[in-house]
Amino acid sequence: MIDGKAIKYGDNVDTDVIIPARHLSTIDPAELASHCMEDLDADFNDKLSWGSIIAAGKNFGCGSSREHAPIAIKASGIKCVIAESFARIFFRNAINIGLPIIECPEAARDIEEGDEISIDVKTGTIVNKTKNKTYTAPAFPEFMEKIMEADGLIKYIKQSI
Amino acid sequence: MGMTMTQKILAAHAGLDSVKPGQLIMAKLDLVLGNDITTPVAIREFNKIGAAQVFDKEKIAIVPDHFTPNKDIKSAEQCKCCREFANDMEIKNYFEVGQMGIEHALIPEKGLAVAGDVIIGADSHTCTYGALGAFSTGVGSTDMGAGMARGEAWFKVPEAIKFEITGKMGPWVSGKDVILHIIGMIGVDGALYKSMEFSGEGLKNLTMDDRFTIANMAIEAGAKNGIFAVDEKTVEYIKEHSDREYKIYEADEDAEYGEVIKIDLSKIRPTVSFPHIPDNTRTIDEVGDVRIDQVVIGSCTNGRISDLRAAARVLNGKKVNKNVRAIIFPATQKIYLEAIREGLIEIFIEAGAVVSTPTCGPCLGGHMGVLAAGERAVATTNRNFVGRMGHPESEVYLASPAVAAASAITGRISSPEEVA
Repeated sequence: MIDGKAIKYGDNVDTDVIIPARHLSTIDPAELASHCMEDLDADFNDKLSWGSIIAAGKNFGCGSSREHAPIAIKASGIKCVIAESFARIFFRNAINIGLPIIECPEAARDIEEGDEISIDVKTGTIVNKTKNKTYTAPAFPEFMEKIMEADGLIKYIKQSI
Repeated sequence: MGMTMTQKILAAHAGLDSVKPGQLIMAKLDLVLGNDITTPVAIREFNKIGAAQVFDKEKIAIVPDHFTPNKDIKSAEQCKCCREFANDMEIKNYFEVGQMGIEHALIPEKGLAVAGDVIIGADSHTCTYGALGAFSTGVGSTDMGAGMARGEAWFKVPEAIKFEITGKMGPWVSGKDVILHIIGMIGVDGALYKSMEFSGEGLKNLTMDDRFTIANMAIEAGAKNGIFAVDEKTVEYIKEHSDREYKIYEADEDAEYGEVIKIDLSKIRPTVSFPHIPDNTRTIDEVGDVRIDQVVIGSCTNGRISDLRAAARVLNGKKVNKNVRAIIFPATQKIYLEAIREGLIEIFIEAGAVVSTPTCGPCLGGHMGVLAAGERAVATTNRNFVGRMGHPESEVYLASPAVAAASAITGRISSPEEVA
């Protein structure tokens, strides 16, 4: 179970604002995290003192394939991203690096900044405690679930060799 | 049920007779690609797997094209990491500065992508090779690392949108205008998780360079891949550039499409994408008075020889406006040399533009043309997100090489019809 307060964003949050290219000359997760979201939300780092879940609109993570984007989000301490929809490369990158994500349009739309959220990624259940509402996202296919359980594709491959 | 082109290629590479949308498959890879930004992370993941060598030394390509020639010490370290890995693993297709070009122009030129291939690249514009009738898609670094070790990748079989192309483009209209028009029509998530399949009698009126540009920006509509039906032009291109065997896959007559969209090329006007999202398009007739500070002509989208020719046709005998910095970067060394031999570079320099070595630099705000706060650029690149080319308060307008060149002359977004 993942519990935390939500930080809310809109549609089409692109990977250039999640981690601008000027910071891509490093692969260090902590350094990437220190610049996470800086072109979209200058207060993101302060919000991490109370928030640990991102809720967003449609097409989250569109644009570049840079895995630095989900790496920066994960390293900044975000435990899960809920969105109305995800751009496909971000979607597979998040699964491959073990950053929990859930596609659930209704829940994503209803969540407001600061709402207290509880998520069971395995069953796809999202509870918005602040609004006292429960949502169910479609469960992941077994294969993707196994990758996430293994904390990413590399560990999954090592287990299966 | 019949299959689309993409479904057929994926089925063949997964060892299956047929696949259907939504199915999860493991597919064999014909090429695994990375650049100087994404490869260092892929190497880290590759090393975690503990494989002693890569799955096939000939089926991996590493192209240091983003922050090269090295823009600073950190970038130099990243390139060094790629270079040493390529040496240690005896990777055949490592392209050093001097041979290097922008990866998505270079790979087809070097004959490393052909019809029927399954290709992954740790760069979102890997979808470019769909122009050749290949299934080609952008992935992240972990997929690249795993792909280099195992020679396979997991895919969810996509459904497709069919684009039926008819007609012929008018003067000053190019592949860039076609894809900007389509993105404006269906939106930046209009093809999310799907294939964009291009076919129809109008295909014969699109050059290979037009098709590369169109397939290149499929990702800007959210697509998994863009793919073109193979015709004589494709086969001619492949034979000229590659000695690899290719395989032509045709969509079944009864293939099922989520949507069929008709595109009449003769109706498309030069199109400009306004900040800060590629689907915010207007035709050149609707742009109004937009003053600009910089023009960038090049990139994996529009740095090919026909793009440079279009820009030269507009700039020939003209001068770049005194308020504009015009930066032109041929996408590969071969294109650069061709442009020199054809006299295009002379036209650019006499007009007052600078011509750069191949690099992705300015497109992603890396180097060689970063924007200050409040500055505006017309660029032939592919993204106009907030801060894409520099300061978060700068603006990028996406357009064709002809529109960009015309805008360089007038100092505001302009139609080539205005200056020609």
